[in-house]
Amino acid sequence: MSSDRAIQIVRQMALAMGLPALLFVAWWISSSGSESIFFPPLSNILRTFADVWFSPRIMHDVVPSLVRLFIGYLSAVALGLALGIAIGASRRMRQVIEPVLEFLRAIPPPVLVPIFMLFVGIGDMMKMLVIISGCVWPVLLNTVAGVRALDSVLEEVIRCYRIGMVARLWYFVLPGASPQIFAGMRQALSIGIILMVISEMFAASNGLGFSLVQFQRSFAIPEMWTGIILLGLIGILLAFIFRFVENWMLAWYFGLRRSQRESS
Amino acid sequence: MTWVRGIGGLIGLAIVLEAVPRSGAVSPLYFPPFSTIMVALAEEVERASFWSALGKTLESWALGLAIAVCAGAVIGIAIGSSALLRETTRSTIEFLRPIPSVALIPLVTLLFGTTLKSNLILVVYASFWQVLIQVLYGVQDVDPLARETARSYRLSRWEQIRYVIWPTTLPYLMTGVRLAAAVALILTITAELVIGTPGLGKELFLAQTSGAYEIMYVYVVVTGIIGVIVNVLARALERAVMPWHSSLRTEAMP
Repeated sequence: MSSDRAIQIVRQMALAMGLPALLFVAWWISSSGSESIFFPPLSNILRTFADVWFSPRIMHDVVPSLVRLFIGYLSAVALGLALGIAIGASRRMRQVIEPVLEFLRAIPPPVLVPIFMLFVGIGDMMKMLVIISGCVWPVLLNTVAGVRALDSVLEEVIRCYRIGMVARLWYFVLPGASPQIFAGMRQALSIGIILMVISEMFAASNGLGFSLVQFQRSFAIPEMWTGIILLGLIGILLAFIFRFVENWMLAWYFGLRRSQRESS
Repeated sequence: MTWVRGIGGLIGLAIVLEAVPRSGAVSPLYFPPFSTIMVALAEEVERASFWSALGKTLESWALGLAIAVCAGAVIGIAIGSSALLRETTRSTIEFLRPIPSVALIPLVTLLFGTTLKSNLILVVYASFWQVLIQVLYGVQDVDPLARETARSYRLSRWEQIRYVIWPTTLPYLMTGVRLAAAVALILTITAELVIGTPGLGKELFLAQTSGAYEIMYVYVVVTGIIGVIVNVLARALERAVMPWHSSLRTEAMP
């Protein structure tokens, strides 16, 4: 029994690790004797990685980027939630504001970088505003959709019992809309990472995007590759953290769906 | 009556955009009134460079989206219909998908400079995952009973794909196309803005660096309008391709 289980685990590990390991080896071998300046050997990149990033640079470039992303993202989520609940609750409000939102949301967020630069310069504020302006839409629109899809019978029950505003919000609206809200927050996270990088590529004195462009312009190719890899790792790590938080906060919802699927 | 209220909302936005700079709350130089932007827009659309920039942007958007959708659909169906392939590729897909495509900007700048290829690589990388993930969900959603029936009747591999997998997957694919269309536009404009490949993004950048701020706002408005048109077209396409399916459609939760 236990050996069966062990085999099962080994098999799953092999399936999960097989292809990534294969790709890594393929990259390592195909680049090992590479003479091309654009594709340096992987061994070279990995050696440079430690030199470049395990240095004061991590405090100077990586941490400021992540802090800006963190603050911008959380502000966007708060703003999107507040507006989304207000808009979702009123039909008339929705009808008036929907075309406006349709338009504002359709503007690709990177084009706002030059505008914010005019108003607040190229400091942290500009970058956070860009991140907020891009991340707020998925959260906002999904919150509106989630609030609209709330159970109407429950809503009437709450009205009959004259449950107060705060309790209504906390025990009914937020939990009911949370699966949708999380779907929006997930979209917002990947947009936020993109905007973090782009806002720094434009004009900055520090940050991940800034160093990446610096490496490229000075033809420091192995260093540039380490930057690309680091950005990839950050993307993966943040997606992983997000999934963890989602699984924890929406455990009731995933459980509900699973039991529904099994019973049907 | 819905659309009357909607138009009211849009007019309200225009009034705010006109009144705020005129009141002096923000500098009219940095934030021109709505009417000034509209006049600049009218002048801009008479220039040939505007239309060629628009054409370039739409070209890389459409090409990139088409490549991503075809690749996503074919690879998605191939991976999705084999349990072994699905399990072996899952971790790799989970790993590659969150890598932000903008990380590739320095690399494509060095390799291809300000050519269409740079745009295409960024656009395809970003929108491919949107399609692939949805198609994978779609293929897994195929009714097992239908799949086994098809096998019992000895439908060939191709017939199984055509008559069993494809109809179930199509709605998911369409959701993927809609998401990918918006992402592809964002990445196209971004590439033009940051790398400097010809297109609306580059025009915007030029307007900003030369201090022609009202022109800069013209391009912001134009990209917004294109975004709206893309969204509307994507929804119309969904309705046109599967009129039989508008009520069952939901976005898959990854």
